[in-house]
Amino acid sequence: MVKEVERAGIPVVHVCTVTPISLTVGANRIVPAVGIPYPLGDPNLDVEGDKKLRRQLVEKALKALQTEVEEQTVFED
Amino acid sequence: MSKLKVVHYINNFFAGIGGEEKADIVPEIREGVVGPGMALNKALGDEAEVVATAICGDSYFGENLEEAQATLIEMIKQYEPDLFVAGPAFNAGRYGVACGIIAKAVEAELNIPVITGMYIENPGADMFKKDLHIIATNNSAADMRNAIPKVAKLGLKLAKGEEVGPPEEEGYHVRGIRVNYFHERRGTERAIDMLLKKINGEEFVTEYPMPVFDRVEPQPAIKDMSKVKVAIVTSGGIVPQGNPDRIESSSATKYGIYDISGMDSLTSDKFMTIHGGYDRAFVTENPNLVVPLDVMREMEKEGVIGELCNYFVTTTGTGTAVGNAKAFGEAFSKKLVADGVEAVILTST
Repeated sequence: MVKEVERAGIPVVHVCTVTPISLTVGANRIVPAVGIPYPLGDPNLDVEGDKKLRRQLVEKALKALQTEVEEQTVFED
Repeated sequence: MSKLKVVHYINNFFAGIGGEEKADIVPEIREGVVGPGMALNKALGDEAEVVATAICGDSYFGENLEEAQATLIEMIKQYEPDLFVAGPAFNAGRYGVACGIIAKAVEAELNIPVITGMYIENPGADMFKKDLHIIATNNSAADMRNAIPKVAKLGLKLAKGEEVGPPEEEGYHVRGIRVNYFHERRGTERAIDMLLKKINGEEFVTEYPMPVFDRVEPQPAIKDMSKVKVAIVTSGGIVPQGNPDRIESSSATKYGIYDISGMDSLTSDKFMTIHGGYDRAFVTENPNLVVPLDVMREMEKEGVIGELCNYFVTTTGTGTAVGNAKAFGEAFSKKLVADGVEAVILTST
């Protein structure tokens, strides 16, 4: 799906936990997520901490969208 | 025991009737062998015999699909064959497609095993390799003497209901069918063997070849996020409570588009997850863990992003066929483009 979005002309960032799969399939901008059952956040934190973490991840995803890439790139910290 | 009866299908060219100028000949059937049927009959040996040869022009077949099939099946039926052989067609495109269509039709209508042969680039090979046993041939009829024995050997097996080996053994195009069997050596031993070979730089053959994925050029970076409409897409299986579109919890055949206008957060009373591939406990409590509506709405209000699209797109990623996922992506991306979406965050569990 990521590739079809990109092929349609829309820049896309894949936020996912298992980044090797994303690389194999062919996403170009990849942001590693927190965990499989909670990609964007951490329910072990309190409500605020969880939301803050989610915000940081979304900011990172937006930053990836604003970064030129020539090839598949995983945006680590 | 009497010999198994085989009906063979060939085109105008192989029947010796003529080339392109005779490609419009109507279906006919002759007793016994014609053209390559002679070699086929020989390769079948004592166990089977080509009792009749059905012939049709490639253009006629292509232009009169229904009629050609119906006529040929009636003709073939009279001989009560135990096996139907079409071609081989090598790299002849129309002939290959005709062989595929008629073989599939005979299998379905007469309920007998069928076999054909084609070169890998013959369009008929791609169209029918999932449905039929298609012996892999070279790209020209010069390969006839290699192809015919393989066709005969596998054809006999099929006709006798014997077990068919894997493609590399029998010589047919990979059909994408996985067969369970007991290996004399268990998986751990085979894996360690493979690993040692890999470490030693020796050749090894994987037991699980990965599909080949195509690549897409990255889109240019977004210059000013505060002017852009962003949409959220997910493979994490978030749907409205009750799953109104009945999206499957694995191996999805559909996706959903759900309204989030006016909402500041994806609340658990309105949304749920149906994804069958992860522990749903956390996301059931807080769907924002997969579709981060709460923070994205804040960012929209703060002007970090121009606008949040008023719906999200969702399906279940687990076990979903690549072909389906691709089709979903193609379909909803058109809508995204039409709705002025200029950036997508796609989340996966």
